[in-house]
Amino acid sequence: MTAPLLEIDDLSVGIGTMRIIKNLSLEVRAGEILGLAGASGSGKSMTALAVMQLLPQTATATGTVRLCGETLTDRSDAQMQQVRGRDVGMVFQEPMTALNPLMRIGDQVAETLRLHRAASAFEGRRSAREALDLVGLSGEQGALDRFPHELSGGQRQRVAIAMATVMAPPLLIADEPTTALDVIAQAQVLSVLRDLVRTRNMGLVLVTHDLAVIAQLADRVAIMQQGEIVEQGATAEVLRRPRMPYTATLVAAAELKPKSATRPPSSAAVLQACGITREYPRKRRTLWRAAPPLRAVDGVSLSVHAGETVGLVGESGSGKSSLLRVILALERAQSGQVRLLGEEFSSAKGANLRRLRRAVQAVFQDPYASFDPKWTVERLIGEPFFLLSSPPSEAERRRKVAVVLEQVGLSAADAQRLPQEFSGGERQRIAIARALITEPAVIVFDEAVSALDVLLREQILKLLAELAERLKLAYLFVSHDLHVIRALADRVYVMQKGRIVEEGLTEAVFASPRHAYTRALMAAAPKLQAN
Amino acid sequence: MNAASRNSSFAAGAVITGLFIAMALVSLYWTPFDPRALSIVDKLQAPNAHHWFGTDQLGRDVLSMIMVGARTSVGVASLSVIIGMLGVPLGLLAAARRGTIDELVTRGNDLIFAFPALLLAILMTAVFGPGAVNAIIAIGIFNIPVFARVTRAGALQLWTRDYALAARVAGKGPWRISWEHILPNLLGLLVVQGAIQFSLGVIAEAGLSYVGLSAQPPTPSWGRMLNEAQTLTALAPFLALFPGFAVLLFVLGLNLLGEGLRRRAERPS
Repeated sequence: MTAPLLEIDDLSVGIGTMRIIKNLSLEVRAGEILGLAGASGSGKSMTALAVMQLLPQTATATGTVRLCGETLTDRSDAQMQQVRGRDVGMVFQEPMTALNPLMRIGDQVAETLRLHRAASAFEGRRSAREALDLVGLSGEQGALDRFPHELSGGQRQRVAIAMATVMAPPLLIADEPTTALDVIAQAQVLSVLRDLVRTRNMGLVLVTHDLAVIAQLADRVAIMQQGEIVEQGATAEVLRRPRMPYTATLVAAAELKPKSATRPPSSAAVLQACGITREYPRKRRTLWRAAPPLRAVDGVSLSVHAGETVGLVGESGSGKSSLLRVILALERAQSGQVRLLGEEFSSAKGANLRRLRRAVQAVFQDPYASFDPKWTVERLIGEPFFLLSSPPSEAERRRKVAVVLEQVGLSAADAQRLPQEFSGGERQRIAIARALITEPAVIVFDEAVSALDVLLREQILKLLAELAERLKLAYLFVSHDLHVIRALADRVYVMQKGRIVEEGLTEAVFASPRHAYTRALMAAAPKLQAN
Repeated sequence: MNAASRNSSFAAGAVITGLFIAMALVSLYWTPFDPRALSIVDKLQAPNAHHWFGTDQLGRDVLSMIMVGARTSVGVASLSVIIGMLGVPLGLLAAARRGTIDELVTRGNDLIFAFPALLLAILMTAVFGPGAVNAIIAIGIFNIPVFARVTRAGALQLWTRDYALAARVAGKGPWRISWEHILPNLLGLLVVQGAIQFSLGVIAEAGLSYVGLSAQPPTPSWGRMLNEAQTLTALAPFLALFPGFAVLLFVLGLNLLGEGLRRRAERPS
């Protein structure tokens, strides 16, 4: 039995009077992947930061953290700088902000190396190439000379991993490394991480709220709740037979049940898009030669029928968002038309456009950017009243806002508060309330649950199903998460490179996908239980 | 940076700035002496109990002149900031409409930025004659592209927020969204920029009046007091000292205030 690589012994962290981590003890061995799971705010990320001694200045920590038998907790910041990057590498959630946009990726990877030992430029470049090799990003000429904006999200995250591992640290900490990525990029990043651990006999702490990711990758799992580890053990064991009720709740929430009765649409179409093509102009190649426009959406047709939930799946960059903007009449398509309640919507103007807009509302992805921070909840939810030809009186407004707030599970008293006072899940409820206020026929959701953890996601999905039933709403639900689509949608469209490549009843598509891309998407999606 | 030093910079800035503005206001109704009254007998007195800041080569009371000079300084700087605010709607327009209009506004800004500000001010006063009004217009014109740029950059960022998208789904047009969502969220930024431009305006006014292109005699101004004191530095050094310190202290106060406001605006809400 070798000594553990990382030992956390009786760690407690507090900020002010709040105790964020309580008496936490953990071990990670070389070559082992430990999954650290829990809902948002459970102290997962704080634990990761505590290992790096990167806690916020206002935090106080007790307990010891040992790496390879050496205590880290009593080191000065200058000493820790030596440890960070050399002995422990770290990868964060957002690959865009983790990279310097003005530096070529080869230089960024080499920078870590050159900070820790006096490596020559040549040596740095060679090591950078090797590190990028390991994450599957080199090979072609000029790979090191590219800038972060030239890469996709998944590629950027792999660069971040290369930066974290170029010094071959014995321990790597990855904090939600795939949460911001779509399924295919996620599968690539996870396999890169797995290979690194195996070839280098490295220890990996994988912090995530996604149990399916942990099921795919981790040898052991520790479940955190409110700063404490409530359960830990071998991954398969814990996920299959959870001993603690909290773990069972998490597992149940992660394991979304496929929608039971999916039926073909029987009613009339409320929303119809026919042959939508949306192109964006690109920069001229030379003064004389215009570049061909970028065709983001290419002849897409889809329909949503009354009371039906339709899913739209595709990876990032497949044109989903552009399509949504056209459907919401926020952008004009080069060709094709959108019909709403049988009327032409895409070319409607003035009062007619506003009248039609009432029938289609939207909920966006980021619950933190969806609200003007200076407006009260009441004013925010009431904003679509602008679409009404005669706005309701003050008292009527207030009453209507109270009604929708209660419909989404908040209280009427919340109307006078500011959006910042609410958590991510509550904010998404406010966004739904705003979409309900004009009593629309269709609501469009753009990745509306992707930013939420599994428990909140389950609650919101349940709420959406209830509302659809009660208010006879139709949904167009856009997501890269196949589990969510499967749990919610009656019918599904699969989109790739601006085209719809497959459509059908959700169960039929999931049971026997016909298109190669659909099969690839399904294979890439992490599963909670091995089949 | 901790809360205490953030507040102290803001407090010090507010106190100094408030002092100068109060001084300018008081001078409207009362000064120790008439700043225009010549009294050759009393010329070039060193600071004393009677004339706190001494007297100049024509026997005028320096303290009274500094007080009235503050009026010129505050007036020119604040009016030129107000003129500069014309850049705010331009920036909002550019960010809301993008495309050709954006290009026109941005290139227009670049064009004005390409001229050295003081040079154009000199040109303007040469054509239209020197005076406080022309100084205000000259300095104000250079504030326009500054505000336009700051507004445009901030607005472009806010337009990418989902709440701008949500407002469009609610049927609101670019003007209404700019007014209801974009501008209120830019106010902090604009107030900070206003404080910075105000302090630059004070310096510019002093510079213009030093070369005789701002307020004309007999209206006292700090820049001209410095100019007149220049030849007398060996004889009466305090003459240059007081207006010099007035400019220095006022600008320092405004910068501290701007810095404090900026930190306040940055504080996560």
